Amino acid sequence: MRVLAALSGGVDSAVAAARAAEAGHDVTAVHLALSRNPQSHRTGARGCCTIEDSNDAFRAADMIGAPFYVWDMSAEFQEKVIEDFISEYSVGRTPNPCLRCNESIKFEAVLNRAIALGFDAVVTGHYAQIVHGNHGAELHRAVDPTKDQSYVLGVMTAEQIARSMFPLGNSTKVEVRAEAERRGILVAQKPDSHDICFIPDGDTAGWLARQIETTPGDVIDAETGNKVGTHKGAQAFTVGQRRGLALGNPTGDGERRYVVDVDVKANTVMIGPPTLLDVNVIEAVNPRWGGPLPVNGQDIEVQVRAHGESLPAVVELTNDGVIITLRDQLRGVASGQAAVMYEGTRVIGSATISRSRRSVTA
Amino acid sequence: MAYLDHAATTPMFPEAIAAMTELLAMPGNPSSLHASGRVARRHVEEAREVVARVLGCRPAEVVFTSGGTEANNIALKGIAWSEREQNPAKRRIVVSSVEHHAVLDPTHWLQDSNEFDVTWVPVDHFGRVTPQALREALGDDPSDVALVSVMMANNEVGTTNDIAALTAVTREFGIRFHTDAVQAPAWLDVNFAELGVCAMTVSAHKVGGPHGVGALIVSRDCKITPLVHGGGQERDIRSGTLDAPAIVAFAAALDVVSERRTTEVARIRALRDSLVEQVFAVAPDAIFNGDPEGRLANNAHFTFPGCLGDSLLMLLDAQGVECSVGSACSAGVPQPSHVLLAMGETADHARSTLRFSLGYSSGASDVDELITALPVALERGRRAGMPRGAA
Repeated sequence: MRVLAALSGGVDSAVAAARAAEAGHDVTAVHLALSRNPQSHRTGARGCCTIEDSNDAFRAADMIGAPFYVWDMSAEFQEKVIEDFISEYSVGRTPNPCLRCNESIKFEAVLNRAIALGFDAVVTGHYAQIVHGNHGAELHRAVDPTKDQSYVLGVMTAEQIARSMFPLGNSTKVEVRAEAERRGILVAQKPDSHDICFIPDGDTAGWLARQIETTPGDVIDAETGNKVGTHKGAQAFTVGQRRGLALGNPTGDGERRYVVDVDVKANTVMIGPPTLLDVNVIEAVNPRWGGPLPVNGQDIEVQVRAHGESLPAVVELTNDGVIITLRDQLRGVASGQAAVMYEGTRVIGSATISRSRRSVTA
Repeated sequence: MAYLDHAATTPMFPEAIAAMTELLAMPGNPSSLHASGRVARRHVEEAREVVARVLGCRPAEVVFTSGGTEANNIALKGIAWSEREQNPAKRRIVVSSVEHHAVLDPTHWLQDSNEFDVTWVPVDHFGRVTPQALREALGDDPSDVALVSVMMANNEVGTTNDIAALTAVTREFGIRFHTDAVQAPAWLDVNFAELGVCAMTVSAHKVGGPHGVGALIVSRDCKITPLVHGGGQERDIRSGTLDAPAIVAFAAALDVVSERRTTEVARIRALRDSLVEQVFAVAPDAIFNGDPEGRLANNAHFTFPGCLGDSLLMLLDAQGVECSVGSACSAGVPQPSHVLLAMGETADHARSTLRFSLGYSSGASDVDELITALPVALERGRRAGMPRGAA
């Protein structure tokens, strides 16, 4: 097959591309330029977006023997990922930009361009497996649970999965690093990237404060309705957050307080004891399915945050999404995050959490 | 494989390789006073005489540099500074809007550091600076103009400027004139003395010489404030140990060019015209950019509407056909061509270009390979359409 390997300049995508080449595919490498004004050198734990990363990607392509190009995706990235990130936060939701990037850039804009240009598939260094099973090309969890990225790939449609290759899904990170050393890939010891790539210093709240106009507002005790403090702007808070509340000594009982609700319209942040965060019903919209839709009442497992657990649940389809009822209570579910549904290791689909609550009967 | 990117760099002539390798094995710094030094110096001075003969200047007017970019920087900054030193009223430089980045960037630097005001000279739809446009750019009172810089031949669309006609405009005001002639010597009979300029940039690797060497031809009455200090080897304008092997190879290449140019220009122009005709046969909607007549004999520059230039480049590259989008890259990303924008084209057209440039080693098979590869590239390029890029 003629495949297009997206090289970030990091270890994973380089090894993935090398494996694709070794498997006999005709590999062409591209580095995605996502930033309009790339910095020249890496700072912090980032794996993309600087000129140094682009050079690392070029050298990795050399080692693999793949022709290398840079594709400018900065306008698409600005619109679909960065502006979405800002607008989601500005209405009080907590978006996942990596997921949005996979949905709109890597497996949409890049994949579509690759197919139009005559490629058969896109190869990336994501840790997930594509298994040819009962439902055709199925997306499954990676074998390395600490690296599994199926959650941020849950937005992929069946067609996108069928046109993608994840050569690292059956390996551990340790194995991939060792293989990079063995192959002479210079970035073998490059640190993993964790931060949001367009916020290099990792200070999301500070970055958002420069993008969103915020005004100070009240912090309110959800149980008493009393004002217990002030905040600089409700948008920067996430349900389940404990740090950064700056309440001094808010409680007599010494119990920790969490953000239990954020109301951007009223510009209030509600806090309360952790028990108020317990929910068992999750409503989610804009579903994307990686294969056949689930049937109403189907037993599934659901994951609601990037490194969260897989929880047993039952799914019901609605007009515009799903209602997921968890078997057990779950603490702290943020709107805007994805609810990714699994059947065993297979991803069924993903939907954006719009609301979570405690059911009356629970 | 078809190499159609000779305007980016063209292979060294065997004569230049032979001259260079012979000197690489020899000791001797041209500045040393012993026998080996004198031998090296003699090679450099003989090379200087060849360069002078081919470019129509005096040997003393040849200042060897590390290439075209350095020569352009010396000219832009060095002449502007020197002129202002002699007359503090001279605070303006006048530069064409379609220059190579080696002229554009030093000009922007002089502007951004508040050293000089800049007047950009517009071009016509062929990318040419007319005497009238230059006259208008100079304005009613050109007494503040330190320097004018207009390129001899455009590196993207290949349009040539009548430099003598432009210096006729500046001469009446006694304004210094620099021309970037990097693309010219292989295709035009360049005669420095007849141009009326005070400085002219040339580069070795565009004429069959090595990378890393070029020259600024500087008339003897033109004062230049040096950018780099440390020895003053080249007329106190440029410091640094002379790269004798590269300089000798540069001269050898120019020598070949001067012998073969008349024949090669006729042969390559015919080949280029055949390329253009065949491209239109497979891409009737293509647009041929630049002046059809007054252009470099080796340049064919097209807009392919609806196809991103870098998609086409990649698709042709995969089929062994090497060309250029024509415009400059930023971190590997081709930018919309400032030349096409200055010519009045839309941003989409400025991102949909390909430049095919021929050289002395080009033959009919190169064009055949392009014409074989182009239809499938165009079909796929159209299918991929126009991603938005850094709009």
